[in-house]
Amino acid sequence: MSNPRPAVIGADVPRVEGIDKVTGHVTFVDNIEPPGMLHGMIRRSQVPHGRIRRIDTSRARQLSGVYAVLTGEDLLRMDIDPYIGPAFKDQAPLAIGKVRYAGDPVAAVAAVDRDTAEEALDLIDVEVEELPAVFDVQDALRPDAPLVCERLVPAGTFADLIELLGGGDVPATSNACFQYKLRRGDVAEGLRRSDRVFEHTFSNPPTQHSDLEYHCSIAQWEASNRLQVWTATQSPSYVRIMLANMFRLPESRVRVRVPYLGGGFGSKLYMKLEPLAALLALVAGRPVKIRLTRNEEFFTITKHGLVAKLTTGVTRDGRLLARDCQIMWDTGAYADIGPRVTHKSGYTSAGPYQIPNVRIDSFSVYTNKPPAGAFRGFGIMQVCWAYESQMDIIAREMGWDPVEFRLKNVLREGDVQATGTVVHSLGLDQCVRAVADAVAWDYREASAPHPTGDGARHLVRGKGVACSMKAVITPSVSAATVLVHSDGSASVLSSSVEMGQGSDTALCQIVAEELGARLQDVAIVHPDTDVTPYDLITAGSRTTFHMGNAVRMAAIDARSQLWPTAAELLDAAPDDLTAQDGRVWARTASDRSLTHGQIMMARFGGRAGTIEGHGLFETHHGSTDLDTGQSDRVTAHWMCGATAAEVEVDTDTGQVRIVNLATAVDVGNAINPFACRQQIGGASVQGTGPALLEEMLFEAGQLTNPSFVDYKIPSFLDLPDRLQPLTVEDPHPDGPYGAKGIGEAGIFAIAPAIANAVADAVGARIPSLPITPEKVLRAIAPP
Amino acid sequence: MSVHVRFQVNGEVHELDAPDSRLLIDTIRYDLGLTGTKLGCGVGVCGACTVLADGKMVSSCLMLTAMADGSEITTIEGLAHDGELAPIQKGFIKYGGFQCGICTPGQILAAHALLQDNPRPSEDEIKEWMMGNLCRCTGYYKIIESIDRTAAGEV
Repeated sequence: MSNPRPAVIGADVPRVEGIDKVTGHVTFVDNIEPPGMLHGMIRRSQVPHGRIRRIDTSRARQLSGVYAVLTGEDLLRMDIDPYIGPAFKDQAPLAIGKVRYAGDPVAAVAAVDRDTAEEALDLIDVEVEELPAVFDVQDALRPDAPLVCERLVPAGTFADLIELLGGGDVPATSNACFQYKLRRGDVAEGLRRSDRVFEHTFSNPPTQHSDLEYHCSIAQWEASNRLQVWTATQSPSYVRIMLANMFRLPESRVRVRVPYLGGGFGSKLYMKLEPLAALLALVAGRPVKIRLTRNEEFFTITKHGLVAKLTTGVTRDGRLLARDCQIMWDTGAYADIGPRVTHKSGYTSAGPYQIPNVRIDSFSVYTNKPPAGAFRGFGIMQVCWAYESQMDIIAREMGWDPVEFRLKNVLREGDVQATGTVVHSLGLDQCVRAVADAVAWDYREASAPHPTGDGARHLVRGKGVACSMKAVITPSVSAATVLVHSDGSASVLSSSVEMGQGSDTALCQIVAEELGARLQDVAIVHPDTDVTPYDLITAGSRTTFHMGNAVRMAAIDARSQLWPTAAELLDAAPDDLTAQDGRVWARTASDRSLTHGQIMMARFGGRAGTIEGHGLFETHHGSTDLDTGQSDRVTAHWMCGATAAEVEVDTDTGQVRIVNLATAVDVGNAINPFACRQQIGGASVQGTGPALLEEMLFEAGQLTNPSFVDYKIPSFLDLPDRLQPLTVEDPHPDGPYGAKGIGEAGIFAIAPAIANAVADAVGARIPSLPITPEKVLRAIAPP
Repeated sequence: MSVHVRFQVNGEVHELDAPDSRLLIDTIRYDLGLTGTKLGCGVGVCGACTVLADGKMVSSCLMLTAMADGSEITTIEGLAHDGELAPIQKGFIKYGGFQCGICTPGQILAAHALLQDNPRPSEDEIKEWMMGNLCRCTGYYKIIESIDRTAAGEV
C-alpha cells in the first residue's frame, strides 16, 4: 500500500509553527504560571572545593514571603533518593557534605517573587572549609591529586554504557571516573613499520552552549502524590523516569510536559532543575518555578575541555598505518553525561579513516570546575579538532595534498571501522569532494604565504579542509502514536522536542505523506509523558531517523485501519488505494475519491470515533568485547560531514576573517531540503564560536567571564563573507525514506578546517582553541 | 516606592503603578501577559528583549517601566494588523530567518525598525544594525536574507 509518488517528503515546506514563532505566540516554559506559583532561586558555593561545615538558614526562613528553604542536609532527611546524574550517582540537587566547584548549588529558596527570593539567599550563612582543588585534567591525574569525588556509584540507566552496567559502589582511586578502551591490530608494530611517525598534543577549553532560552522548570504537586512538571528539557521521558525514582512514585504519577524549547544543543539533557523545583514545591505546598539567569547558565553545564595526544604512523605512499589516541576529557565536578561523551566519541577518536592498527584510551576526568555534559556532536567536535589538525600537519610535512590524503584514507562502503563494525551508507568521500569544490581547492606545495593585501597592511590567505564521522547512539527506542479524528485530521503524539531543529515539521511531513493527508490537517502534540509515548532523548541527531521511523509506522498502522472502509466505499481492494492532499482513491478509478473525514464518518456512522495507530522503532547494539571495544554493530547508522574554509589573516593584528566556509553533510535523503540546509548553516556558524572566540576563563577555579559581555558568541559581524551549507545524499536503507540524522554533522569539522586554513595562510600551527589574534601573532613571531 | 505610569502598548492604553525598580520587560511579560518579548542576557547585549519605544529599538531588560511613561511601545504581538502579518514577519517565514524562536521577536522588531529607517539597506548595513541581536541557531545568514528580500518586496 505504499505511496508511489512521494508528495510531501522531499519538499521545502515552511515550518508548521512559523506563524506562531514570528508573532511571538509560541509557548515556552517561562510563559507558564500556575496559580499560586512561587519563584525558586539558588545559593551557590563561592569556593571550588570544600567541606560544608554549617549552613544557617534561620534568618532566610523568617523573611516574609519565603515558603521554603532547603539545603543538602535537608534532602537527607526526606524520603527520597537525593542522587541524580545519568552516568554516576555523584550529584544531588544541592551539594551534600562537600562543594566541588565555585558555583555548586548549596541552598535554595522558594518565595513569592524573585526579589524576595534573592533577599532570602543573602540571609543564608554558608561556612565551608576549603580543600585543595584541581582545575586541570593533567594535574587531576597525578597520584597525589586531591579526589573530587570519593565514591563511584554507576547510575545503571543506559543500555549503551555497557562498561557501567555492572553497578556497585566503589571507592575512587583517581579522578578518572571512566575509561573507554579500543584495541585493533597491533599499534606498536604498526608504528614500527611506518615510514614516518608523528606525535602531537591538541587541546580545547570548556565552552558554554549559550542557547538563548534559560533553563526553566516548574513543578506542581497535585492530590494523592501526583507530580506535574513543565520543563525546558530535551529528554522528557528520562526526566519522568528519574523523578519517579527520586520520589519513589510509579511513572504513571509523574507527568512531564515540554512546550517549545528555545534551543538546547545538549545543555537541556537529563535532569537539571526539575528535581529541585519538585523538592521546593513539595516543601512549600505550592507550585514552584526555577528560572536561571544567564550567569547561572555558565555554572550549570558546559562543553568538555579536552587534551588529546595522538601518535600516528604513515607509509611513504600516503596510507595511515597506525594511530594511538590518549585522550583526557575534563568532565568538571560532576560526571553528568561525560562518560557517554567519552564512550560515543571513543568509537571514532582515530578519525573517519581506514587504519589497521588503532589504540584508543579515553578518560573522563573530574576537576573542580562546572560540570561538562553533552554538546552538539557528543564529543566529536573535540576529537575531530585533534585528529584533523594532525592530518593536516602530516599532509603538509609529507608534501601531500590534504584533500587527496584524506580521500585516500577515508572509510567507504564495506570498510571495517576501528570498532570492528562494517561501514555502510557513509557519503564522506562525496562530502570532502563537495567542500573542496566549493572553495575552489588549489593545493600548493610548500605553504608559502599568499599575500593579498595592498602592502600597507599584511593580509595573507589560506585554505583548509577537515572531515568527520559519528555513530548514532545505539541501542535506542522511540515510540509514537498517530490519532485520526472524526473529521479526518490527525494528531502526532511524540516525545521528541521541537527546539528549533524543525522536527515538528519533518514528523508532520512523514505522517501527511503516509496518510495522504494535507500538511495543515496534521498537528503535533508536544511531549506530555501522560499521553506521548517514550523517546530516549531529542539529541545526537536521532529524531528524524528514529522518531521519523516510529511516526511513519504509526501512520501506516492508522492507515491500515482506515483503508478497508475506504476500499469498501470505493469498491476496490485496499492494496489498490492511494492518497494525497487529503483525498483517497483507487488507482484504477481515479475519478472517485473520498476525504479522510468521509471515511471516518462511514467507519463510525457519524461524526465520532478515533483511529489510533502505533509505532515502535528500536535499534540494537552488537555484543562488544570490553577489553578491545570490538563489536559487529556499534551503531545503527553513521553520520558524516566535511568543511572547507578559506581565511584571511592580518599578520599585523593576528585577526582571522573567514572568507568562505563550505560544509557538506550526508543527509541520506532529505525530508525537507530547506530545513537541512538551515541546520547545516546554523551549525557552521555556531562552530566558528569555539574555533575563534569562545573560552570559559578560570582563575584559581573562579570563572571570570560568565556573561555575554565577556563571553562572546558569534554575532552578525562575525559571519563568514560567504557561507555554503551543502547536502550530499547517500540514502540509508533503514532511515525513513532513506533519511539520516543531520543536526550535528555540520559542526564537527569547523574548527580544524579554520585552523588548517590559518596554518596554510601563515605557515604556523595553533594547537589549542580558540584561535585568538594573540595566539596567531605569537605563532607567527615566537618571542 | 512605586510610580504611576501611563503608556500605550500595541495601541492600547495601560495605566499601572509599578515599583520604581520594575523593569519594562517584567511589566510587559508578567503584568501585561505579552510573553513574546524574551529575556536573553539581562545586560542589554543579546537583543532578545528588544521592543520599540516611539519607534526606536530599546532593550526592555535595561529600561525601567517608569521610563516608559508617556511612550508608545510596540512588542512583537503588535506587529501584525487584523490578522495580516507585517512584511518582515512574512519574510522571516519565507526565507527561514528563525529556528527555535527565542531571539526571533527581537530580531523581527530590530529588522522592522531598520527597514523604517533605511528601506533598502546593504548587507553591511544590515549586519551593522542587527549586531546587537544574538542568535545561536540560524547562523544569521537566513536572517540577513529575510531582511534583504523583504526590503526588495519579495515576500
